[in-house]
Amino acid sequence: MSALKLKKGSTSHSAYNLRANFSDVIERHTLAVLVENEPGVLARVIGLFSGRGYNIDSLTVAEVDHTGHRSRITIVTSGTPQVIEQIKAQLGRIVPVHEVHDLTVEGPSVERELAMFKVSGTGDKRVEALRLADIFRANVVDSTLESFVFEITGAPDKIDAFADLMRPLGLTDVARTGVAALPRGD
Amino acid sequence: MTRKMTGAKMIVQALIDQGVDTVFGYPGGAVLPIYDEVFQQNSIKHILVRHEQGAVHAAEGYARSTGKPGVVLVTSGPGATNAVTGLTDALLDSIPLVVLTGQVPTFMIGSDAFQEADTVGITRPCTKHNWLVKETDKLSGVLHEAFHVATSGRPGPVLIDIPKDVQFATGTYEPKKPSVSHYQPPVKGDMQAITELVAAMETAKRPVFYTGGGVINSGPAASQLLRELVEATGFPITSTLMGLGSYPASGDKWLGMLGMHGLYQANMAMHDCDLMINIGARFDDRITGVVDLFSPKSTKAHIDIDPSSINKIIRVDIPIVGDVGHVLEDMLKVWKSRGRKTNSEAVAKWWKKIDEWRSIDCLKFEQKGKVIKPQYALARLEALTKKYDRYITTEVGQHQMWAAQYLGFEDPNRWMTSGGLGTMGYGFPASIGVQMAHPDALVINVAGEASWLMNMQEMGTAMQYNLPVKQFILNNERLGMVRQWQELLHGERYSQSWSESLPDFVKLAEAFGAKGILCSDPDDLDDAIMEMITYDGPVIFDCLVEKHENCFPMIPSGKAHNDMMLAGVDTQGVIDAKGSVLV
Repeated sequence: MSALKLKKGSTSHSAYNLRANFSDVIERHTLAVLVENEPGVLARVIGLFSGRGYNIDSLTVAEVDHTGHRSRITIVTSGTPQVIEQIKAQLGRIVPVHEVHDLTVEGPSVERELAMFKVSGTGDKRVEALRLADIFRANVVDSTLESFVFEITGAPDKIDAFADLMRPLGLTDVARTGVAALPRGD
Repeated sequence: MTRKMTGAKMIVQALIDQGVDTVFGYPGGAVLPIYDEVFQQNSIKHILVRHEQGAVHAAEGYARSTGKPGVVLVTSGPGATNAVTGLTDALLDSIPLVVLTGQVPTFMIGSDAFQEADTVGITRPCTKHNWLVKETDKLSGVLHEAFHVATSGRPGPVLIDIPKDVQFATGTYEPKKPSVSHYQPPVKGDMQAITELVAAMETAKRPVFYTGGGVINSGPAASQLLRELVEATGFPITSTLMGLGSYPASGDKWLGMLGMHGLYQANMAMHDCDLMINIGARFDDRITGVVDLFSPKSTKAHIDIDPSSINKIIRVDIPIVGDVGHVLEDMLKVWKSRGRKTNSEAVAKWWKKIDEWRSIDCLKFEQKGKVIKPQYALARLEALTKKYDRYITTEVGQHQMWAAQYLGFEDPNRWMTSGGLGTMGYGFPASIGVQMAHPDALVINVAGEASWLMNMQEMGTAMQYNLPVKQFILNNERLGMVRQWQELLHGERYSQSWSESLPDFVKLAEAFGAKGILCSDPDDLDDAIMEMITYDGPVIFDCLVEKHENCFPMIPSGKAHNDMMLAGVDTQGVIDAKGSVLV
């Protein structure tokens, strides 16, 4: 018996193109993960992302219920719809994870991020930096004769826009917290 | 009743309360207090292995053959790191294990102390969950929770790292009670989806059941329900490597194993079906072949207890998250209440097609000449051991695939093999674990000589506990599967894939006080196998087989199910450049 229907060199596919039939549009999703605040829980979440090759665009974590020992991890990630579904399912099976919410699809939500910008300069540039900070409702939290530290809170794209404006005016350092998010309404 | 006791005593007490009768382990500095408690009791039998990897595989064999969690006790540092391969193996094959590791005392953690390793860090990606217990008062709660997590939902290995000072200190022991854990994976499937699946079954023209290890993990009742469903509907059934035995190999609906080395009729049925009912399998890459071409014409249903298995590799039309046993029960109920309908005319036509594929007889081989064909050795092993209370373990490679093809399994929990991880060295220690759980059964490890050497030190364990495990080694003096791939993919350049300087296996057996049997003549094979079976004690059976036999059928890398290579095919240039990057 010889091989049946064996076409030499006929295959142009690879098993690594696992999602070829799926949508390949990259989407950005904000996930809220409520976890038991026990040692190693953040390592489990991060290890999942690195081990399975998922992206983390931003990550914030803090205990939000001190008596119940619950922490809220907010992760901004990107991937195809199928990858996003996998990420949620994989997060859901981590034992100390209580809830996984996809704020991007579960109705409207608000996203906020806090950033600090150090802008160094003198003369006109310094005045312009202060004027723009005022327009963006950024606060001055530290000042020397040659620098400001601005604090700004807002959606990530607002912070990006502020950073773009500050760059030619002497932006030297940036610290950003990453996104915190909550669903709107009830 | 809560009681005060040391951490070490708590560990033994919790194991007793959890119904553990056997622990596989190896002592060391960081677990001495626990071993002192093991010494002072008679409820739990401790099996001293010769290497920690052996302990974990033995516990896997115990777990797979009983359905109960396997328990392992090893020391810190190298004890824990040696357990990592077994943990990963158990994670990929969803085997419930509770592994206890010693750790340096809490006040020395982080100081690079003697035999210190970041055990929870190292094992985080290869366990379902793990814990470092720093307070004795929390120890009993974690121990009970560990058994709950290991056995609930999709089973898997868990690990508890216990510093030595926590073992010495006294705390309060909380007895086992109904779980208060938030971790309670749902077992019931969605009734709407189940009804949708039943409706699809009623009209399907070319249906196939594709079952996996999830049926076996769900327990014996799931296998019974599966048999009932198959008989009632008359649909053909195939299974992954992990699911063999859930439906009997002697059943007339049985197509044989599917996948890379699966049977022709099974893979063709998967490719051409119009309704695929995946029950407790996970569309592994050994099963699907190239995913773009996987079963293009079918509606796909997928029953799995793990939501992350759904749509991970193959997009399915009817996903059902739940325990196989519960879902099968509901499926049968709904199907019966709707009048037990199938499209019997179309299904009869489908069987005709399947019988055509079957008639190719893809496993046929010819035993001629004076050299034993490996297929012949397994066919004879099957014929001569079938009537025994038999358990089979395997190592990994060609012999494993031949065992899956030529041995028939009538019941679940009779077949222990490393499927997901493909761990050479799994089979021998696993056979020890199986024999511990079933002292009177015939336990055979079908091995290749190269795999077997990876954990051969466990001969000492087999002798010490008088475990009559039979090591049936198909010795081709090659890493047969590596050699086969080099033949297919690398121009027959056999780089490092032969077994040089092999021991004399008969003398090796005798050195341990066991029996060795050498067989090289097909005419002697039956007598030699009978001698192995009837000998009361461990046997190493050195079966010298054809050195360059290839394992067929085979779906070459990068090909679809209907693009199989059968025995006798020209092996050169079959796999193209794109296929050759796959494993």
